[in-house]
Amino acid sequence: MLAPDSYELAALAARWRSAYVHIPFCRRRCPYCDFAVVAPGDAVAADIGGLTDRYLAALHDEVEMEAAWGPLDAVNFGGGTPSAIGAPAIASLIGRLGDRFGLAPEAEVSVEVNPEDVTAPLLEGLRAAGVTRLSLGVQSFDDAVLRYLGRLHTSAQAEAALDACLSHFSVSLDLIFGSPPESLESWQTTVQRALAAEPHHVSAYALTVETGTELWKSVRNGGAAPDPDDQADKYEIMQAAAGGAGLVQYEVSNYARPGHACRYNLATWGQGEYLGFGLGAHGHRDGVRRRNVRSITAYIETTAAGRRPEAGRAIVPDPERERLILGLRRVCGVELGPWMQSALADPGMGRLMAAGVVEIAAGRLRVLQPLLADEVGVTVLSLSL
Amino acid sequence: MTDAARIRNFCIIAHIDHGKSTLADRLLEVTGAVEARAMRDQVLDTMDLERERGITIKANSVSIRYTAPDGNEYLLNLIDTPGHVDFTYEVSRSLAACEGALLLVDAAQGIEAQTLANAYLAIESGLEVIPVINKIDLPAADPHRVSAELVGVLGGSVEDVLAVSAKTGAGVSELLDAIVTRLPPPQGDREQPLRALVFDSYYDTYRGVVCHIRVVDGTLSTGDELRFMASGLQADADEIGIHRPQVTEVKRLHVGEVGYLITGVKEIDLIRVGDTVTAARPSADEPLPGYSEPKPMVFSGLFPTDGDDFERLRDALDKLRLNDSALVYRAETSRALGFGFRVGFLGLLHMEIVRERLEREYDLDLVTTAPSVEYEAHTSDGTTVTVNSPQELPDRAVLESIAEPFVKLMIITPAEFVGTIMELVQQRRGAMGEMTYLSPARVELHYTIPLAEIVFDFFDQLKSRTKGYASMDYEPAGYQVSDLVRVDVLLNGVAVDAFSTIVHRDKAYHYGRQMVIRLKELIPRQLFDVPVQAAIAGRIIARETIKAKRKDVTAKCYGGDITRKRKLLERQKEGKRRMKMVGAVEVPQEAFISALRIDE
Repeated sequence: MLAPDSYELAALAARWRSAYVHIPFCRRRCPYCDFAVVAPGDAVAADIGGLTDRYLAALHDEVEMEAAWGPLDAVNFGGGTPSAIGAPAIASLIGRLGDRFGLAPEAEVSVEVNPEDVTAPLLEGLRAAGVTRLSLGVQSFDDAVLRYLGRLHTSAQAEAALDACLSHFSVSLDLIFGSPPESLESWQTTVQRALAAEPHHVSAYALTVETGTELWKSVRNGGAAPDPDDQADKYEIMQAAAGGAGLVQYEVSNYARPGHACRYNLATWGQGEYLGFGLGAHGHRDGVRRRNVRSITAYIETTAAGRRPEAGRAIVPDPERERLILGLRRVCGVELGPWMQSALADPGMGRLMAAGVVEIAAGRLRVLQPLLADEVGVTVLSLSL
Repeated sequence: MTDAARIRNFCIIAHIDHGKSTLADRLLEVTGAVEARAMRDQVLDTMDLERERGITIKANSVSIRYTAPDGNEYLLNLIDTPGHVDFTYEVSRSLAACEGALLLVDAAQGIEAQTLANAYLAIESGLEVIPVINKIDLPAADPHRVSAELVGVLGGSVEDVLAVSAKTGAGVSELLDAIVTRLPPPQGDREQPLRALVFDSYYDTYRGVVCHIRVVDGTLSTGDELRFMASGLQADADEIGIHRPQVTEVKRLHVGEVGYLITGVKEIDLIRVGDTVTAARPSADEPLPGYSEPKPMVFSGLFPTDGDDFERLRDALDKLRLNDSALVYRAETSRALGFGFRVGFLGLLHMEIVRERLEREYDLDLVTTAPSVEYEAHTSDGTTVTVNSPQELPDRAVLESIAEPFVKLMIITPAEFVGTIMELVQQRRGAMGEMTYLSPARVELHYTIPLAEIVFDFFDQLKSRTKGYASMDYEPAGYQVSDLVRVDVLLNGVAVDAFSTIVHRDKAYHYGRQMVIRLKELIPRQLFDVPVQAAIAGRIIARETIKAKRKDVTAKCYGGDITRKRKLLERQKEGKRRMKMVGAVEVPQEAFISALRIDE
């Protein structure tokens, strides 16, 4: 049975303050990606250098518009491809965030990096800028799978990049499993090679068909689609192997050595607060969730006009219920508190307990089969209080 | 008044598309009853559905004044007849009000089974029949062959057969003359107490029940105190009139005349078609020979897709019944489909028309369960139980045998298709009867066959196997015991009532197999393996397994977008809310609906 990770970490995460910074630029748009991304070929990307400069300036402006807060326990640069803009630009943004909000001692500063971008100067630059953690987009060690996923690196490049990163940073190795051309053996090899490198953290995401993506169009036209049973098999392979390598599963898709769980990730599922800066970024502060525009032109123009580039905001409806829904993604589960009686009396929850999907013990609701977490989430939505 | 000797009451017997409505329109136009510029195509078909489908469902009548070459003015009452086998009982109503019939046949296609059946019905009822070949203007017309065919089946000589084109009007004045000279006038006694036959009725929101009547003896006057002889209902003649075709009020209706009667009665059930109207004083002693009430042949469950629409469905059925006494229904509960009705129909077309009217005129979204027939179950204690829903079948411990309704089936087809038709009928458990050549090229085939075998898709099959050339008609032929079994469909061991069906043992396996495969595709995976089984009397004959769901989780939360994550879950929850529990299995209503709809 899946063992819970640290309960203390869950309590801490709920109080952490983090910031997410979105860097939308990519050298190529991956067929499965539905993030806010700008890639060559887009109409706006004709002058990519100028656009990047204007975007970074807007980002600095947006940071200045946020009301005073902090200090930050975690900063996460995601994308897009943050490594594509180089260390100096990232350093400058870290400086801006530090000036504005302050960085807590031992703060986690994490940057998503593509293997093809990894060079000695990049790593040195990031190190000097105060980056503590890299999340390396390896995705697979099978070159055929990498090509299917539209990635620009090879497995050999990934391995070399991994070696270079591991000596200076807490490193997360990001993997995508369950793409149609990936065999079980291919995935087993990817898992073995990933764990053999002894990363501090592994994120293993099932390939998902997101509406509007190239992958979605291909599936809609009869192309091969990911198979949920195949993905379940591969998920279990990862789960089994991680334990042997000293990695503890703490969330549906995340594994870490003790002390290396991703703070930004923990905060998200712990209903913690975070600021979101940049294109399509999401924030959660003072009981309000907000999201930014996804058009880079609108983002730059709105910010230049002195306004937050917001696309929408909403007060969290029923925050206690949201806390449960988010918390059940964590392997240590979530404290039920006032929901205890309702959860125990609910027939749907009863069926989930009978099927061994969840456990209610020590005042906590814990999902024992993370692959069915959404099934549990739907049941939580129906609980009455 | 018109002297009865100057009245001709007649109907037109024709196959769908053989031009009956066009001929009626032409008769109205030629006699000036309707001015050419006021002509609306198909004056007689008033219901939207009738116009759209080109079929007649309800009987109608129209009175035409016609000056014959002999210089006298005649009153021609055309009483319309439906052309579809489901509505045979409506035909017998119309025939009872007529002395003559035009047998209208397409010059290219020849006589069809239903037309022939109705022509025989007319002859048996003592009507004079004039054979008329229509569409002689068509390039493919072959009046000589069709004339020979008509003489072959009806007797008489080729000279008796008239040829017309309702479209161009050719031959229509000769036809009018023939109606006057060849059809007999009504025979009735104006000195006797009133006797009038109610041959149809409909409900009008403002005026209540409107009866179509034919006066046989005596005179009917406005204000008369009336008595309906079968029901005993007493009422006054508030208004009487005739259709020319527009409604025209008159003071009196005399022997042989056809018109309408309004009594102010609001309950359609109080006035039965086939009843005899007489005066309260002096009253007739004997009612006219009526005819038996139509009996539903096909049954199906109708359920609203949205359970909240149950009351609306009840109201709609109540309203439809006002003009369709053949429609019978009672409330039924299904574990799978909720509250609905078990509805009896005259046949598949009737069922289709009722469902279409419910959906269209009453804006209801309905699930229709597979049509079945009315079985008779014999139990060990010697009783017979009527079963028109599989759930009503007595427990197998006491069930001795099941009898099913059979019909006499007549098919008329070009000779080249006899082989394929025989094959089809054999598959459907039909037994061959007589086979007659109408001409070297056309054959009349007779079979005895279980009704259940033809209610589903038999007609479609027949049409597709014969490129649309064959036609069919059937009449009840009593009950016979057959080797019938109830097939149950079980989800995780629990029987799903909506899918139970009574079939012949030889077909049970096929049905069971089909159903479990279908349901396996339609029912989402659950937290555990779900066996889907088909069973006869508890013995499993087919099985599939819906494997347990293994993965239901979004891999990651994109950029902290919790709002989107929650929306996705809310949508899933909404889907779950619409699920029905069958034991421990959650089944979306759509799965039941799709499984039932596939064979339509």
